[in-house]
Amino acid sequence: MFPRLVYESFRRQARRKLLAGIAITLGVAVATAMIAVATDIGDKINRELRSYGANLVVTPQEDTLDVEVGGVNLKPPSDGAFLSEADLPKIRGTFWHHNIVGFSPMLPVTVKLGGSNEAAAKDVTLVGTYFNKPLSFGKEDFTTGVRITHPWWKVSCGDGKESANCVWPADDSQNVLLGERLATKLNQKPGDTLDVSGRQLTISGILSTGGAEDDQIVAPLALAQQILGKPGAVRRVYVSALTKPQDALAIRDPKTMTPEVYDRWYCSPYVQSIAFQLQEVIPHSHAEQIRQVAQNEGTVLSRIKGLMLLVTLAALFASALAVSAAMATAIYERRVEIGLMKALGAGDLVVSALFFAEALLLALVGGIAGFSAGALLARQIGRSIFNSQISIEPVLFPIIMTIAIFVTFAGSAAAIRRAVKFDPVFALRGEG
Amino acid sequence: MNAHPSALHTPKQVADRRAQAPHISMFARMLLRAAVLRRRRAASALLAMIVAAAVATAMMNLYVDVQAKLRTEFRNYGANVVIVAKEGQALPGDALAEVESVLGAKTLAVPFAYAVARTRDGQSVVVVGTDFTRARQLNRWWKVSHWPDAPNEALIGMRAAAVVSPKRQPFELTFQGKAIQLAPAGMLQTGAGEDSRIYLDQSAFQNWTGVAPSTIEVAANGTAAEVEASIRQLARLLPGANIRPVRQIMEGEANVLNKTRATLYASSTLVVLTSALCVLATLIGWVFDRRRDFAIMKALGASERLVNGFFAAEAAALGVVGAIAGFFIGIGVAAWIGRVNFHAPVVPRFSVFPYVLAGSVAVALISAILPIGLLRRVQPAIILRGE
Repeated sequence: MFPRLVYESFRRQARRKLLAGIAITLGVAVATAMIAVATDIGDKINRELRSYGANLVVTPQEDTLDVEVGGVNLKPPSDGAFLSEADLPKIRGTFWHHNIVGFSPMLPVTVKLGGSNEAAAKDVTLVGTYFNKPLSFGKEDFTTGVRITHPWWKVSCGDGKESANCVWPADDSQNVLLGERLATKLNQKPGDTLDVSGRQLTISGILSTGGAEDDQIVAPLALAQQILGKPGAVRRVYVSALTKPQDALAIRDPKTMTPEVYDRWYCSPYVQSIAFQLQEVIPHSHAEQIRQVAQNEGTVLSRIKGLMLLVTLAALFASALAVSAAMATAIYERRVEIGLMKALGAGDLVVSALFFAEALLLALVGGIAGFSAGALLARQIGRSIFNSQISIEPVLFPIIMTIAIFVTFAGSAAAIRRAVKFDPVFALRGEG
Repeated sequence: MNAHPSALHTPKQVADRRAQAPHISMFARMLLRAAVLRRRRAASALLAMIVAAAVATAMMNLYVDVQAKLRTEFRNYGANVVIVAKEGQALPGDALAEVESVLGAKTLAVPFAYAVARTRDGQSVVVVGTDFTRARQLNRWWKVSHWPDAPNEALIGMRAAAVVSPKRQPFELTFQGKAIQLAPAGMLQTGAGEDSRIYLDQSAFQNWTGVAPSTIEVAANGTAAEVEASIRQLARLLPGANIRPVRQIMEGEANVLNKTRATLYASSTLVVLTSALCVLATLIGWVFDRRRDFAIMKALGASERLVNGFFAAEAAALGVVGAIAGFFIGIGVAAWIGRVNFHAPVVPRFSVFPYVLAGSVAVALISAILPIGLLRRVQPAIILRGE
C-alpha cells in the first residue's frame, strides 16, 4: 500500500512535483558548481599569480656581493662563484616537481660594444638565459625559460606591437634581444647587427620589461657563456613554483623538527620546503624565496579563497532556502489529501512517513540531476574564465547528496508538521 | 484559519465604524486585509523576498567593492611606478614633494639614492640612502630584524652583512675618499638585489656622499587607467625624468584581478538567480493558496483587469517591502564579509538599491503572473466548490 501511495502521488501530481524537483535540481546544481569552483580556485589563482614572476631564486652558496645600480653590473665579470648548467634539469627531480611551473637561468656578462657609435663606448650588461629551451630529465621532456617565468617580457619591433619580423631568438642561435631603452640610446633596430666583444650578433627583437632588462642585452645562455669563456656557468636560477600560503609550520627551522613534523613540512608545498629541496638537488647552491612575490601571493591567495568560501556559503544558503520554500509550498497545497488520509484513519506517523518518502525520492532524483548539471556548470566556468578544467572530485558526490537530502528534509519538516497538526475537518471543508 | 474578526460586532456597529473610519479605497483595504488575515503565509513570502534581496544586495556590494579591496592588497607588492632621473643626474630637490602633491596623500612615494662605496678591505658594495618610514610602508615584504632609529645606524642586507659586518660589529665605508662609521641596526632579507646592499638614512647618506636621490618608487592606487593617468601627470611634472610602470606588478595585478572578478561575477549571478528561484517557489504557493479569494472576487463581478491588478499590486508591494528590508540586511552582510575577509568594512553602495528594487518587484510580478495565468482558465465555481 505504502509504495503504491508514493507511486500514485508522483504519477497523478506530476506538475506539482515538477516545481519542487526543479527547485532541488537548480539548488543542487548551484551548490555543486560553487563548491567545485571554491575548492579549485586556490590552484587556479595560484597559477595566475605566477604571472608576477618567479618566487624562488637559486644562487651559488659562496657568492660575492652583487654590485648593480640601475641595471648596470659593476662587478668584475669572472668574480664570484657559478652554478653548473648541467645540474638544472634536476630541478624536475625534486619532490614537488609537479608544482614547478618553470625556471630560467641567468648569466650576466659585462661587455663592450664595438663600432663607431659614441653611446656604445660604455659598458653594457648582457644577460644569458633560456627563452623556451627544450630539456629532459629522466624520461620526461619539457621546455622552460623566461617565456614561462617572466610572462610580462614583451618582444616587439620597438613600437610595442608584436610582429612576425621581430621574434624571440632561438636558444641555440647567435641572435639577441635588445632592451628598449638601450635600443633608443644606440639607435638600433631589429635586423641590425651588433658588435659585442668582437662578435657580430643579430638583433632579433626589442625587449620591453619595465625593469632593468630595458637597459641590457638579453642573449641565449650558451652565447653568454662563450663570451664569458665559462661553458656551463650560470649565475642564478629563477624558479616559479606553485606554493601553499605560509603558516606557523612553514617558517619553522627544519633542523629543529621532530621526524614526523619534518615529514609533514617536507611534503607540503611551502615556498620554504621547495627552496630546501632545490638546495638538495643543486650542489653548492643556496635557494631563497623572493619575498616580494612569495610573501604577497600568500595574502592575495588566502583573501580570494576566503572570499570564495563566503560566497559559496551564501550560494548554499540560497539553494537551501529555495529547496525548502519549494517543498513547503508543495506540501501546503496538499492539506486536503492529508485531511482525507487522516479521516480514513491514517496516523500522524504514516502521513509523515509518506511525505518524507516522497521528499527523499525527490531529493535523490533532483540531487543526481543537479550534481551533473553543476559539474557541467563548473566546467563551463573553468573553461571560460581560467582556460582550464575545473575538476570535480568524486568525493563531492556523496557530500552533495547528503546535503540535498538533509536540506529537503529540513525544508519539508516544518510544513509536514503543520500539515499533520491541521484538523482534517477544516482541511476537507476547504477552510484555512 | 482565524475567527472572522467582524463576528464580534453587530452589523450596525461595523457599518458605523466603517462610515467613520478615514476613507481608504476598497483596493487598498483589500491589500491590507489580505496581508493581515493571512499573516503566516504573507510572512513566509515576505521572508523569502527579504532574504533574496539581502543576498543580492550583499553580492552586488561585494562585487563592486572587492575590486577596490583586492587592489589595496595588491599594493603590498610594492611600487607600480618608478621615476628615474636621466643617467648620472639627480632628481630635482623638490621632486618628492611635487609627486606627493600631484598624486594625493594616499599615494606612497619613496626616494632612493645610490652610491658604490668600498669596505676597509677594498670590496665594492652598493649603499642606498632612503627614507626608512616610507620604505617600511612601501616594501612590506622586507624581512627586517630591527629598523634603524639613529642617523649613523644602517640596515644591512643579508649577503652584505657577511662581508661588512659578520659579527654585527661597527664598520667603516669610504666613498671618494670620505669615510663614515656605521653601526648595524638590523638585517634585511628579501631574496632579491636588496640583500647585497646597505641602507642608510637619506640625510646621513647625503651628508656623507653628496649624492641626491635619483629614483623615486611610487605605489599609485587605483585602476589601470587611473595609474596610466598618474604616469602622464608625472611625466608633465618631471620632464627631465624617466617615468615607467613596473610591468611585472601591473600585469600580474591586472591578470589576477580580472580572473577573480570574472569568477565573482559568475558566482554572484548564480546566487542571485537561486534567490530569485526561492522567491518564485514561495510566491507561486502563496498566490495558488488564494485561489478562493480570486474566485470570490470574480464571482462578485470583479473584472479580469481588477483581479489581475489586485494580485499584481500585492506582489509589487511585497517586492518593495522585501527589497527595502533586504537591502539594509544585505549591506550589513557585505560589511561583515569585508571585516572577516579583508579586515576593512565594505562601503555601503546605495547606487545598487534601484537594481535590487527593480529586480525584486520584477521577480515578484513574474511569480504572481504565472499562477494567475493558470487560474484564469478555471471557472470560479469549480474553485469555490473546492475542486
